[in-house]
Amino acid sequence: MDTALPDILHQHVTFDDGLMLECGQALGSLTVAYRTYGRLNADCSNAILICHALTGDQYVAETHPVTGKGGWWDLVVGPGLSIDTDRFFVICSNVLGGCMGTTGPRSPRDGGEGLWGTDFPPVTVKDMVSAQKRLVEHFGISRLFAVIGGSMGGMQVLQWAASYPDMVFAAVPIASAAYHSAQNIAFNEVGRQSIFSDPDWQAGRYWQGDKVPARGLAVARMVAHITYLSEEALTRKFGRRVRGAQSLPGFADMFEVESYLRHQGSTFVRRFDANSYLTITRATDYFDLAEEYGGDLRAAFKGTRTRFCLMSFSSDWLYPTAESRSVARALNGAAANVSFVEIASDKGHDAFLLDEPDFHRALAGFLAGCAEHAGLP
Amino acid sequence: MDLPVDGAPEGVRYVAKNMRLDLRLIAEMIAPGTRVLDIGSGDGTLIDHLYRTKGCDARGIEIDMAEVTRSVVHGLPVMHGDADSDLAQYPDGAFDYVVLSRTLQAVERPRQVLAQMLRIGTRALVSFPNFGHWLVRWQLLWSGRMPMTSVWARPWHETPNIHPCTIRDFFVLCAEEGYVVEKWLAVDEAGQRSPHRRSAALANLFGEQALFQLRRR
Repeated sequence: MDTALPDILHQHVTFDDGLMLECGQALGSLTVAYRTYGRLNADCSNAILICHALTGDQYVAETHPVTGKGGWWDLVVGPGLSIDTDRFFVICSNVLGGCMGTTGPRSPRDGGEGLWGTDFPPVTVKDMVSAQKRLVEHFGISRLFAVIGGSMGGMQVLQWAASYPDMVFAAVPIASAAYHSAQNIAFNEVGRQSIFSDPDWQAGRYWQGDKVPARGLAVARMVAHITYLSEEALTRKFGRRVRGAQSLPGFADMFEVESYLRHQGSTFVRRFDANSYLTITRATDYFDLAEEYGGDLRAAFKGTRTRFCLMSFSSDWLYPTAESRSVARALNGAAANVSFVEIASDKGHDAFLLDEPDFHRALAGFLAGCAEHAGLP
Repeated sequence: MDLPVDGAPEGVRYVAKNMRLDLRLIAEMIAPGTRVLDIGSGDGTLIDHLYRTKGCDARGIEIDMAEVTRSVVHGLPVMHGDADSDLAQYPDGAFDYVVLSRTLQAVERPRQVLAQMLRIGTRALVSFPNFGHWLVRWQLLWSGRMPMTSVWARPWHETPNIHPCTIRDFFVLCAEEGYVVEKWLAVDEAGQRSPHRRSAALANLFGEQALFQLRRR
Protein backbone atom coordinates (compact mmCIF):
# COMPACT_ATOMS: atom_id res chain seq x y z
CA MET A 1 0.00 0.00 0.00
CA ASP A 2 1.55 3.30 -1.01
CA THR A 3 0.40 5.51 1.81
CA ALA A 4 3.41 7.65 2.67
CA LEU A 5 2.39 11.10 3.84
CA PRO A 6 2.87 13.65 1.11
CA ASP A 7 5.48 16.28 1.81
CA ILE A 8 3.65 19.55 2.05
CA LEU A 9 5.10 22.87 3.10
CA HIS A 10 2.96 23.99 6.00
CA GLN A 11 2.91 27.59 7.24
CA HIS A 12 5.38 27.60 10.11
CA VAL A 13 7.86 29.45 12.27
CA THR A 14 11.18 28.01 13.41
CA PHE A 15 12.77 28.82 16.74
CA ASP A 16 16.50 28.19 16.40
CA ASP A 17 17.04 28.09 20.14
CA GLY A 18 14.96 24.93 20.31
CA LEU A 19 12.94 23.72 23.25
CA MET A 20 13.84 22.09 26.56
CA LEU A 21 11.55 19.12 27.13
CA GLU A 22 10.20 17.79 30.40
CA CYS A 23 12.18 14.57 29.91
CA GLY A 24 15.35 16.61 30.22
CA GLN A 25 16.31 16.35 26.58
CA ALA A 26 16.45 19.52 24.50
CA LEU A 27 15.30 19.89 20.92
CA GLY A 28 17.99 21.88 19.09
CA SER A 29 15.48 23.50 16.83
CA LEU A 30 11.74 23.88 17.13
CA THR A 31 9.40 24.33 14.20
CA VAL A 32 5.75 25.11 14.88
CA ALA A 33 3.33 24.79 11.98
CA TYR A 34 0.15 26.81 12.39
CA ARG A 35 -2.84 28.46 10.76
CA THR A 36 -4.63 31.64 11.76
CA TYR A 37 -8.08 33.02 11.00
CA GLY A 38 -9.40 36.54 11.50
CA ARG A 39 -7.39 39.59 12.44
CA LEU A 40 -5.34 40.37 15.53
CA ASN A 41 -6.50 43.71 16.92
CA ALA A 42 -4.16 46.60 17.74
CA ASP A 43 -3.71 45.78 21.41
CA CYS A 44 -3.45 42.02 20.75
CA SER A 45 -6.38 41.27 23.05
CA ASN A 46 -8.66 39.23 20.80
CA ALA A 47 -6.60 36.09 20.27
CA ILE A 48 -8.05 32.64 20.75
CA LEU A 49 -5.78 29.61 20.75
CA ILE A 50 -7.42 26.39 19.64
CA CYS A 51 -5.75 23.18 20.76
CA HIS A 52 -6.46 20.22 18.54
CA ALA A 53 -7.14 16.63 19.55
CA LEU A 54 -4.98 13.52 19.11
CA THR A 55 -5.39 13.18 15.37
CA GLY A 56 -6.45 16.72 14.55
CA ASP A 57 -4.21 19.41 13.17
CA GLN A 58 -3.95 23.12 12.50
CA TYR A 59 -6.38 23.07 9.58
CA VAL A 60 -9.34 24.01 11.75
CA ALA A 61 -11.59 25.83 9.34
CA GLU A 62 -10.39 25.39 5.80
CA THR A 63 -9.81 22.71 3.22
CA HIS A 64 -7.26 20.21 4.44
CA PRO A 65 -4.20 20.13 2.15
CA VAL A 66 -3.87 16.33 2.34
CA THR A 67 -7.43 15.05 2.45
CA GLY A 68 -9.12 17.85 0.50
CA LYS A 69 -11.92 17.75 3.09
CA GLY A 70 -13.26 20.67 5.11
CA GLY A 71 -11.70 21.80 8.38
CA TRP A 72 -12.32 19.65 11.46
CA TRP A 73 -14.12 22.49 13.24
CA ASP A 74 -15.81 24.14 10.26
CA LEU A 75 -19.06 24.09 12.24
CA VAL A 76 -17.58 26.09 15.12
CA VAL A 77 -14.89 28.39 13.75
CA GLY A 78 -15.70 30.98 11.10
CA PRO A 79 -17.45 34.30 10.46
CA GLY A 80 -20.55 34.54 12.65
CA LEU A 81 -19.99 31.09 14.21
CA SER A 82 -19.44 30.25 17.90
CA ILE A 83 -15.77 31.15 17.59
CA ASP A 84 -16.40 34.17 15.42
CA THR A 85 -13.46 34.98 13.16
CA ASP A 86 -14.97 38.39 12.42
CA ARG A 87 -14.35 39.18 16.07
CA PHE A 88 -11.47 37.01 17.20
CA PHE A 89 -8.02 36.19 15.93
CA VAL A 90 -7.88 32.41 15.96
CA ILE A 91 -4.60 30.51 16.11
CA CYS A 92 -4.15 26.77 15.88
CA SER A 93 -0.83 25.01 15.71
CA ASN A 94 0.06 21.42 15.02
CA VAL A 95 1.11 19.84 18.32
CA LEU A 96 4.68 19.00 19.20
CA GLY A 97 5.24 15.44 18.03
CA GLY A 98 2.66 15.83 15.27
CA CYS A 99 3.03 15.16 11.58
CA MET A 100 1.63 18.28 9.93
CA GLY A 101 4.74 20.42 10.01
CA THR A 102 5.55 20.88 13.69
CA THR A 103 8.69 19.21 15.01
CA GLY A 104 8.00 15.53 15.55
CA PRO A 105 9.15 12.02 14.62
CA ARG A 106 8.98 12.92 10.91
CA SER A 107 11.36 15.87 11.36
CA PRO A 108 15.09 15.70 10.59
CA ARG A 109 16.91 14.71 13.75
CA ASP A 110 19.14 17.19 15.56
CA GLY A 111 22.64 17.16 14.13
CA GLY A 112 22.32 13.77 12.53
CA GLU A 113 21.31 11.91 9.45
CA GLY A 114 17.75 11.11 8.56
CA LEU A 115 14.61 11.59 10.58
CA TRP A 116 13.92 11.30 14.29
CA GLY A 117 11.56 8.37 13.93
CA THR A 118 11.22 6.44 17.17
CA ASP A 119 14.29 8.25 18.55
CA PHE A 120 12.17 11.36 18.89
CA PRO A 121 12.24 12.20 22.60
CA PRO A 122 9.11 11.51 24.61
CA VAL A 123 7.01 14.65 24.80
CA THR A 124 4.28 15.62 27.23
CA VAL A 125 1.14 17.73 27.05
CA LYS A 126 3.12 20.37 28.94
CA ASP A 127 5.79 20.30 26.22
CA MET A 128 3.06 20.80 23.61
CA VAL A 129 1.89 23.83 25.53
CA SER A 130 5.45 25.16 25.80
CA ALA A 131 5.73 24.99 22.01
CA GLN A 132 2.38 26.77 21.60
CA LYS A 133 3.51 29.47 24.02
CA ARG A 134 6.51 30.19 21.82
CA LEU A 135 4.19 30.70 18.87
CA VAL A 136 1.81 32.91 20.85
CA GLU A 137 4.70 35.10 22.01
CA HIS A 138 5.97 35.19 18.44
CA PHE A 139 2.72 36.96 17.55
CA GLY A 140 3.38 39.54 20.28
CA ILE A 141 0.43 38.30 22.33
CA SER A 142 0.95 38.50 26.09
CA ARG A 143 -2.53 37.32 27.06
CA LEU A 144 -4.83 35.01 25.14
CA PHE A 145 -8.47 35.93 25.32
CA ALA A 146 -9.31 32.23 25.33
CA VAL A 147 -7.73 28.81 24.99
CA ILE A 148 -10.17 26.23 23.69
CA GLY A 149 -9.87 22.56 22.89
CA GLY A 150 -11.62 19.22 22.95
CA SER A 151 -10.30 15.84 24.12
CA MET A 152 -6.48 16.00 24.12
CA GLY A 153 -6.97 19.66 23.20
CA GLY A 154 -8.82 20.08 26.49
CA MET A 155 -5.82 18.66 28.35
CA GLN A 156 -3.68 21.34 26.74
CA VAL A 157 -6.25 23.95 27.80
CA LEU A 158 -6.04 22.77 31.42
CA GLN A 159 -2.25 22.74 31.24
CA TRP A 160 -2.25 26.28 29.83
CA ALA A 161 -4.51 27.51 32.62
CA ALA A 162 -2.36 25.82 35.27
CA SER A 163 1.07 26.77 33.91
CA TYR A 164 0.37 30.26 32.57
CA PRO A 165 -2.74 31.56 34.36
CA ASP A 166 -1.93 35.19 33.60
CA MET A 167 -1.84 34.45 29.87
CA VAL A 168 -5.31 32.87 29.78
CA PHE A 169 -8.38 35.02 30.29
CA ALA A 170 -10.82 32.23 29.53
CA ALA A 171 -10.33 28.48 29.28
CA VAL A 172 -12.68 26.01 27.62
CA PRO A 173 -11.75 22.34 28.06
CA ILE A 174 -14.31 20.27 26.18
CA ALA A 175 -14.95 16.53 26.61
CA SER A 176 -11.67 16.18 28.41
CA ALA A 177 -10.02 15.17 31.67
CA ALA A 178 -7.20 16.16 34.01
CA TYR A 179 -5.56 12.75 33.64
CA HIS A 180 -5.78 9.66 31.49
CA SER A 181 -7.71 6.85 33.12
CA ALA A 182 -6.62 3.22 32.98
CA GLN A 183 -9.29 2.70 30.33
CA ASN A 184 -7.92 5.56 28.20
CA ILE A 185 -4.41 4.12 28.49
CA ALA A 186 -5.67 0.63 27.73
CA PHE A 187 -7.25 1.63 24.44
CA ASN A 188 -4.17 3.63 23.45
CA GLU A 189 -2.00 0.60 24.19
CA VAL A 190 -4.08 -1.59 21.87
CA GLY A 191 -3.48 0.99 19.16
CA ARG A 192 0.23 1.08 19.80
CA GLN A 193 0.56 -2.69 19.87
CA SER A 194 -1.29 -2.85 16.60
CA ILE A 195 1.32 -0.57 15.02
CA PHE A 196 4.21 -2.54 16.57
CA SER A 197 2.81 -5.78 15.23
CA ASP A 198 2.77 -4.57 11.62
CA PRO A 199 5.92 -6.01 9.93
CA ASP A 200 6.11 -2.82 7.86
CA TRP A 201 6.68 -0.83 11.03
CA GLN A 202 10.29 -2.15 10.99
CA ALA A 203 11.02 -1.13 14.57
CA GLY A 204 9.98 2.40 13.68
CA ARG A 205 12.46 2.80 10.82
CA TYR A 206 9.85 2.44 8.09
CA TRP A 207 10.65 5.93 6.85
CA GLN A 208 13.94 4.59 5.45
CA GLY A 209 12.05 2.49 2.94
CA ASP A 210 8.97 3.14 0.88
CA LYS A 211 6.47 1.28 3.04
CA VAL A 212 4.55 2.47 6.08
CA PRO A 213 2.82 0.32 8.73
CA ALA A 214 -0.52 1.05 7.14
CA ARG A 215 -2.35 -1.99 8.48
CA GLY A 216 -1.19 -1.45 12.03
CA LEU A 217 -2.03 2.23 12.00
CA ALA A 218 -5.40 1.55 10.38
CA VAL A 219 -6.34 -0.97 13.07
CA ALA A 220 -5.21 1.49 15.75
CA ARG A 221 -7.54 4.04 14.22
CA MET A 222 -10.41 1.56 14.00
CA VAL A 223 -10.18 0.72 17.70
CA ALA A 224 -9.86 4.38 18.64
CA HIS A 225 -12.76 5.32 16.41
CA ILE A 226 -15.07 2.95 18.27
CA THR A 227 -14.19 4.77 21.49
CA TYR A 228 -15.14 8.09 19.90
CA LEU A 229 -18.70 6.90 19.24
CA SER A 230 -21.46 5.51 21.38
CA GLU A 231 -23.51 2.36 21.14
CA GLU A 232 -26.56 4.45 20.28
CA ALA A 233 -24.70 6.28 17.53
CA LEU A 234 -23.40 3.04 16.04
CA THR A 235 -26.85 1.45 16.21
CA ARG A 236 -28.49 4.47 14.64
CA LYS A 237 -25.93 4.71 11.86
CA PHE A 238 -25.46 1.04 11.07
CA GLY A 239 -27.54 -1.29 13.18
CA ARG A 240 -26.99 -4.81 11.88
CA ARG A 241 -27.30 -3.80 8.28
CA VAL A 242 -25.25 -5.72 5.79
CA ARG A 243 -23.62 -4.14 2.82
CA GLY A 244 -25.22 -5.01 -0.50
CA ALA A 245 -27.04 -8.05 0.91
CA GLN A 246 -30.06 -9.14 -1.08
CA SER A 247 -31.45 -11.49 1.52
CA LEU A 248 -30.29 -12.88 4.83
CA PRO A 249 -26.69 -12.10 5.61
CA GLY A 250 -24.24 -14.85 4.95
CA PHE A 251 -20.76 -15.23 6.32
CA ALA A 252 -19.22 -13.68 3.25
CA ASP A 253 -21.13 -10.46 3.64
CA MET A 254 -19.81 -7.48 5.47
CA PHE A 255 -21.70 -5.54 8.07
CA GLU A 256 -21.94 -1.86 7.30
CA VAL A 257 -20.15 -1.01 10.52
CA GLU A 258 -17.18 -3.14 9.42
CA SER A 259 -17.00 -1.37 6.11
CA TYR A 260 -17.25 1.99 7.84
CA LEU A 261 -14.40 1.22 10.22
CA ARG A 262 -12.19 -0.09 7.43
CA HIS A 263 -12.81 3.10 5.54
CA GLN A 264 -11.91 5.16 8.64
CA GLY A 265 -8.72 3.18 9.03
CA SER A 266 -7.62 3.35 5.41
CA THR A 267 -8.24 7.10 5.04
CA PHE A 268 -6.46 7.82 8.31
CA VAL A 269 -3.16 6.29 7.23
CA ARG A 270 -3.02 8.69 4.29
CA ARG A 271 -2.87 11.67 6.61
CA PHE A 272 -1.12 10.45 9.73
CA ASP A 273 2.29 9.15 10.67
CA ALA A 274 2.57 6.01 12.78
CA ASN A 275 5.47 7.26 14.90
CA SER A 276 3.58 10.49 15.57
CA TYR A 277 0.63 8.39 16.71
CA LEU A 278 2.90 6.54 19.14
CA THR A 279 4.46 9.78 20.44
CA ILE A 280 1.19 11.62 20.94
CA THR A 281 -0.77 8.76 22.49
CA ARG A 282 2.11 8.34 24.96
CA ALA A 283 1.92 12.05 25.79
CA THR A 284 -1.79 11.80 26.59
CA ASP A 285 -1.22 8.68 28.72
CA TYR A 286 1.46 10.46 30.76
CA PHE A 287 -0.90 13.35 31.39
CA ASP A 288 -1.89 13.81 35.01
CA LEU A 289 -2.14 17.49 35.81
CA ALA A 290 -2.53 17.02 39.56
CA GLU A 291 0.70 15.01 39.82
CA GLU A 292 2.68 18.16 39.10
CA TYR A 293 0.98 19.78 42.08
CA GLY A 294 1.46 17.14 44.73
CA GLY A 295 -1.59 15.16 43.65
CA ASP A 296 -3.98 18.01 44.46
CA LEU A 297 -5.70 19.33 41.37
CA ARG A 298 -6.98 22.34 43.32
CA ALA A 299 -3.38 23.44 43.78
CA ALA A 300 -2.95 23.56 39.99
CA PHE A 301 -5.49 26.38 39.87
CA LYS A 302 -4.73 28.15 43.14
CA GLY A 303 -5.45 31.86 42.90
CA THR A 304 -6.45 31.62 39.24
CA ARG A 305 -8.42 34.49 37.73
CA THR A 306 -9.15 32.62 34.53
CA ARG A 307 -12.82 32.09 33.68
CA PHE A 308 -13.49 28.42 32.96
CA CYS A 309 -16.19 26.70 30.98
CA LEU A 310 -16.17 22.91 31.10
CA MET A 311 -18.38 21.01 28.74
CA SER A 312 -18.98 17.29 28.41
CA PHE A 313 -21.37 15.12 26.43
CA SER A 314 -23.83 12.73 28.02
CA SER A 315 -22.94 9.73 25.85
CA ASP A 316 -19.15 10.22 25.95
CA TRP A 317 -17.68 7.18 27.69
CA LEU A 318 -14.08 7.90 26.74
CA TYR A 319 -13.94 11.19 28.64
CA PRO A 320 -17.15 10.90 30.65
CA THR A 321 -18.93 13.76 32.36
CA ALA A 322 -17.60 12.57 35.73
CA GLU A 323 -14.09 13.57 34.59
CA SER A 324 -15.19 17.09 33.72
CA ARG A 325 -17.15 17.30 36.95
CA SER A 326 -14.11 16.42 39.02
CA VAL A 327 -12.17 19.18 37.26
CA ALA A 328 -15.04 21.59 37.93
CA ARG A 329 -15.01 20.61 41.61
CA ALA A 330 -11.26 21.12 41.83
CA LEU A 331 -11.77 24.56 40.29
CA ASN A 332 -14.45 25.28 42.90
CA GLY A 333 -11.90 24.27 45.49
CA ALA A 334 -9.67 27.00 44.12
CA ALA A 335 -12.66 29.40 44.19
CA ALA A 336 -12.31 29.83 40.42
CA ASN A 337 -15.01 31.17 38.14
CA VAL A 338 -16.48 28.02 36.59
CA SER A 339 -19.27 27.22 34.22
CA PHE A 340 -19.90 23.51 33.71
CA VAL A 341 -22.52 21.97 31.52
CA GLU A 342 -23.16 18.50 30.19
CA ILE A 343 -24.62 18.61 26.71
CA ALA A 344 -27.25 15.98 25.97
CA SER A 345 -26.08 14.04 22.93
CA ASP A 346 -26.10 10.42 21.79
CA LYS A 347 -23.06 10.90 19.54
CA GLY A 348 -20.36 9.93 22.03
CA HIS A 349 -17.00 11.60 22.42
CA ASP A 350 -17.01 12.82 18.81
CA ALA A 351 -19.97 15.08 19.61
CA PHE A 352 -17.62 18.01 20.09
CA LEU A 353 -16.78 17.82 16.38
CA LEU A 354 -20.36 17.39 15.21
CA ASP A 355 -23.50 19.43 14.80
CA GLU A 356 -24.62 19.96 18.40
CA PRO A 357 -26.57 23.23 18.53
CA ASP A 358 -26.70 23.40 22.35
CA PHE A 359 -22.94 22.98 22.54
CA HIS A 360 -22.37 25.64 19.91
CA ARG A 361 -24.75 28.08 21.60
CA ALA A 362 -23.21 27.50 25.01
CA LEU A 363 -19.71 28.04 23.64
CA ALA A 364 -20.76 31.23 21.87
CA GLY A 365 -22.58 32.48 24.97
CA PHE A 366 -19.68 31.78 27.28
CA LEU A 367 -17.28 33.60 24.96
CA ALA A 368 -19.67 36.55 24.61
CA GLY A 369 -19.95 36.80 28.40
CA CYS A 370 -16.17 36.66 28.76
CA ALA A 371 -15.69 39.27 26.04
CA GLU A 372 -17.93 41.58 28.06
CA HIS A 373 -15.87 41.00 31.20
CA ALA A 374 -12.63 41.44 29.24
CA GLY A 375 -13.93 44.70 27.77
CA LEU A 376 -13.54 43.44 24.20
CA PRO A 377 -15.52 45.44 21.65
CA MET B 1 -33.90 24.25 40.90
CA ASP B 2 -36.84 26.47 40.16
CA LEU B 3 -39.51 24.75 42.16
CA PRO B 4 -43.15 25.33 41.48
CA VAL B 5 -43.90 26.56 44.94
CA ASP B 6 -45.60 29.75 43.96
CA GLY B 7 -47.20 31.47 41.04
CA ALA B 8 -44.07 33.31 39.92
CA PRO B 9 -44.62 35.27 36.75
CA GLU B 10 -43.06 33.75 33.66
CA GLY B 11 -42.04 35.88 30.73
CA VAL B 12 -39.41 38.56 30.34
CA ARG B 13 -36.25 37.62 32.15
CA TYR B 14 -33.21 39.51 33.26
CA VAL B 15 -35.29 42.55 34.14
CA ALA B 16 -35.42 43.28 37.84
CA LYS B 17 -39.01 44.34 37.99
CA ASN B 18 -40.05 41.00 36.56
CA MET B 19 -37.93 39.09 38.98
CA ARG B 20 -39.61 36.66 41.30
CA LEU B 21 -40.51 38.43 44.51
CA ASP B 22 -38.17 36.52 46.80
CA LEU B 23 -35.28 37.09 44.38
CA ARG B 24 -35.99 40.82 44.36
CA LEU B 25 -35.99 40.86 48.15
CA ILE B 26 -32.76 38.86 48.23
CA ALA B 27 -31.13 41.21 45.73
CA GLU B 28 -31.99 44.13 48.00
CA MET B 29 -30.10 42.50 50.86
CA ILE B 30 -26.86 42.07 48.90
CA ALA B 31 -24.18 44.74 49.03
CA PRO B 32 -22.63 45.93 45.76
CA GLY B 33 -19.33 44.47 44.59
CA THR B 34 -19.56 41.35 46.71
CA ARG B 35 -18.96 37.69 45.89
CA VAL B 36 -22.18 35.74 45.67
CA LEU B 37 -23.02 32.07 45.12
CA ASP B 38 -26.61 31.34 44.15
CA ILE B 39 -27.50 27.70 44.82
CA GLY B 40 -30.35 26.68 42.57
CA SER B 41 -29.78 29.60 40.26
CA GLY B 42 -32.51 28.56 37.82
CA ASP B 43 -32.21 30.51 34.59
CA GLY B 44 -29.67 32.82 36.20
CA THR B 45 -31.96 35.81 36.71
CA LEU B 46 -30.55 36.73 40.12
CA ILE B 47 -26.87 36.41 39.27
CA ASP B 48 -27.35 38.36 36.05
CA HIS B 49 -29.17 41.07 38.00
CA LEU B 50 -26.49 41.21 40.68
CA TYR B 51 -23.71 41.47 38.11
CA ARG B 52 -25.43 44.12 36.02
CA THR B 53 -26.86 46.36 38.72
CA LYS B 54 -24.44 45.83 41.61
CA GLY B 55 -21.19 44.75 39.99
CA CYS B 56 -21.19 41.55 42.02
CA ASP B 57 -19.06 38.54 41.19
CA ALA B 58 -22.13 36.32 41.15
CA ARG B 59 -22.05 32.63 40.25
CA GLY B 60 -24.61 29.88 40.20
CA ILE B 61 -25.10 26.18 40.82
CA GLU B 62 -28.12 24.57 39.19
CA ILE B 63 -29.36 20.99 39.08
CA ASP B 64 -31.57 21.27 35.97
CA MET B 65 -29.26 20.84 32.98
CA ALA B 66 -31.58 22.73 30.62
CA GLU B 67 -31.40 25.74 32.93
CA VAL B 68 -27.62 25.40 33.17
CA THR B 69 -27.37 25.38 29.39
CA ARG B 70 -29.64 28.40 29.17
CA SER B 71 -27.53 30.27 31.71
CA VAL B 72 -24.24 29.47 29.98
CA VAL B 73 -25.75 30.48 26.64
CA HIS B 74 -26.44 33.83 28.29
CA GLY B 75 -22.80 34.05 29.33
CA LEU B 76 -23.52 33.48 33.02
CA PRO B 77 -21.07 31.52 35.20
CA VAL B 78 -23.27 28.61 36.22
CA MET B 79 -22.24 25.04 36.89
CA HIS B 80 -24.25 21.88 37.03
CA GLY B 81 -24.47 20.62 40.57
CA ASP B 82 -26.68 20.48 43.62
CA ALA B 83 -26.81 21.81 47.15
CA ASP B 84 -26.39 18.42 48.79
CA SER B 85 -23.19 17.34 47.06
CA ASP B 86 -21.49 20.33 45.47
CA LEU B 87 -20.80 22.72 48.34
CA ALA B 88 -18.21 20.66 50.20
CA GLN B 89 -15.40 21.40 47.77
CA TYR B 90 -15.52 25.18 48.05
CA PRO B 91 -12.93 26.71 50.39
CA ASP B 92 -13.97 28.43 53.62
CA GLY B 93 -15.14 31.99 53.20
CA ALA B 94 -15.08 31.91 49.39
CA PHE B 95 -18.19 34.10 49.19
CA ASP B 96 -19.72 37.09 50.96
CA TYR B 97 -23.22 35.72 50.42
CA VAL B 98 -24.52 32.26 49.64
CA VAL B 99 -28.11 32.26 48.44
CA LEU B 100 -30.58 29.38 48.63
CA SER B 101 -33.92 30.54 47.33
CA ARG B 102 -36.93 28.26 47.74
CA THR B 103 -34.76 25.16 47.62
CA LEU B 104 -34.13 24.34 51.27
CA GLN B 105 -37.34 22.34 51.50
CA ALA B 106 -36.21 20.17 48.58
CA VAL B 107 -32.67 19.27 49.58
CA GLU B 108 -31.88 15.94 51.18
CA ARG B 109 -30.01 17.28 54.20
CA PRO B 110 -31.12 20.83 54.97
CA ARG B 111 -29.09 21.14 58.17
CA GLN B 112 -25.85 20.12 56.45
CA VAL B 113 -26.58 22.37 53.48
CA LEU B 114 -27.02 25.35 55.81
CA ALA B 115 -23.79 24.47 57.60
CA GLN B 116 -21.94 24.34 54.27
CA MET B 117 -23.45 27.64 53.21
CA LEU B 118 -22.18 29.33 56.34
CA ARG B 119 -18.79 27.69 56.00
CA ILE B 120 -18.17 28.86 52.43
CA GLY B 121 -19.95 32.19 52.85
CA THR B 122 -19.91 34.94 55.43
CA ARG B 123 -23.67 35.24 55.20
CA ALA B 124 -26.45 32.96 54.04
CA LEU B 125 -29.66 34.21 52.46
CA VAL B 126 -32.36 31.58 52.65
CA SER B 127 -35.91 31.81 51.39
CA PHE B 128 -38.51 29.08 51.75
CA PRO B 129 -42.27 28.65 51.57
CA ASN B 130 -43.81 28.65 55.04
CA PHE B 131 -45.64 25.43 55.93
CA GLY B 132 -47.05 27.16 59.00
CA HIS B 133 -49.37 29.41 56.98
CA TRP B 134 -52.95 29.38 58.29
CA LEU B 135 -54.41 27.95 55.09
CA VAL B 136 -52.03 24.98 55.19
CA ARG B 137 -52.91 24.37 58.81
CA TRP B 138 -56.61 24.71 58.13
CA GLN B 139 -56.63 22.31 55.22
CA LEU B 140 -54.83 19.63 57.16
CA LEU B 141 -57.10 20.11 60.15
CA TRP B 142 -60.34 20.32 58.19
CA SER B 143 -59.85 17.73 55.47
CA GLY B 144 -57.29 15.52 57.15
CA ARG B 145 -55.34 15.44 53.92
CA MET B 146 -52.05 16.94 52.82
CA PRO B 147 -52.61 20.61 52.01
CA MET B 148 -52.79 21.80 48.42
CA THR B 149 -52.42 25.55 48.07
CA SER B 150 -51.06 27.88 45.41
CA VAL B 151 -47.71 27.66 47.23
CA TRP B 152 -47.82 23.93 47.94
CA ALA B 153 -49.26 23.07 44.59
CA ARG B 154 -48.33 19.43 44.06
CA PRO B 155 -49.79 16.29 45.61
CA TRP B 156 -47.72 14.69 48.36
CA HIS B 157 -46.55 11.84 46.14
CA GLU B 158 -45.22 14.13 43.45
CA THR B 159 -43.74 17.06 45.27
CA PRO B 160 -39.97 17.51 45.32
CA ASN B 161 -40.44 19.35 48.61
CA ILE B 162 -39.40 16.60 50.98
CA HIS B 163 -38.51 18.84 53.92
CA PRO B 164 -41.22 21.46 54.41
CA CYS B 165 -40.78 23.63 57.47
CA THR B 166 -42.43 26.53 59.20
CA ILE B 167 -40.95 29.87 60.13
CA ARG B 168 -40.80 28.79 63.76
CA ASP B 169 -39.09 25.54 62.80
CA PHE B 170 -36.46 27.56 61.05
CA PHE B 171 -35.89 29.83 64.01
CA VAL B 172 -35.44 26.76 66.18
CA LEU B 173 -32.92 25.23 63.78
CA CYS B 174 -30.93 28.49 63.67
CA ALA B 175 -30.86 28.58 67.47
CA GLU B 176 -29.75 24.93 67.67
CA GLU B 177 -27.01 25.48 65.14
CA GLY B 178 -25.92 28.76 66.67
CA TYR B 179 -26.63 30.95 63.66
CA VAL B 180 -27.35 34.63 64.11
CA VAL B 181 -30.54 35.73 62.39
CA GLU B 182 -29.48 39.18 61.18
CA LYS B 183 -32.68 39.90 59.29
CA TRP B 184 -35.86 38.03 58.56
CA LEU B 185 -39.12 38.84 56.90
CA ALA B 186 -42.30 37.13 55.80
CA VAL B 187 -44.32 38.01 52.76
CA ASP B 188 -47.68 37.00 51.40
CA GLU B 189 -48.30 35.71 47.93
CA ALA B 190 -49.12 39.14 46.51
CA GLY B 191 -45.66 40.27 47.49
CA GLN B 192 -46.69 42.44 50.39
CA ARG B 193 -44.39 42.26 53.33
CA SER B 194 -46.13 40.84 56.26
CA PRO B 195 -47.19 43.49 58.75
CA HIS B 196 -46.34 41.06 61.52
CA ARG B 197 -42.67 41.87 61.52
CA ARG B 198 -42.35 41.96 65.24
CA SER B 199 -44.09 38.69 65.84
CA ALA B 200 -42.69 35.44 64.56
CA ALA B 201 -45.87 33.68 65.67
CA LEU B 202 -48.07 35.93 63.53
CA ALA B 203 -45.64 35.80 60.61
CA ASN B 204 -45.74 32.05 60.90
CA LEU B 205 -49.50 32.17 60.57
CA PHE B 206 -49.84 34.75 57.80
CA GLY B 207 -46.55 34.69 55.91
CA GLU B 208 -46.53 32.53 52.80
CA GLN B 209 -42.82 32.86 52.17
CA ALA B 210 -39.96 33.64 54.51
CA LEU B 211 -36.55 35.12 53.91
CA PHE B 212 -33.70 34.93 56.38
CA GLN B 213 -30.25 36.48 56.49
CA LEU B 214 -27.93 34.41 58.67
CA ARG B 215 -24.35 34.52 59.76
CA ARG B 216 -22.18 32.38 61.98
CA ARG B 217 -21.96 33.40 65.60
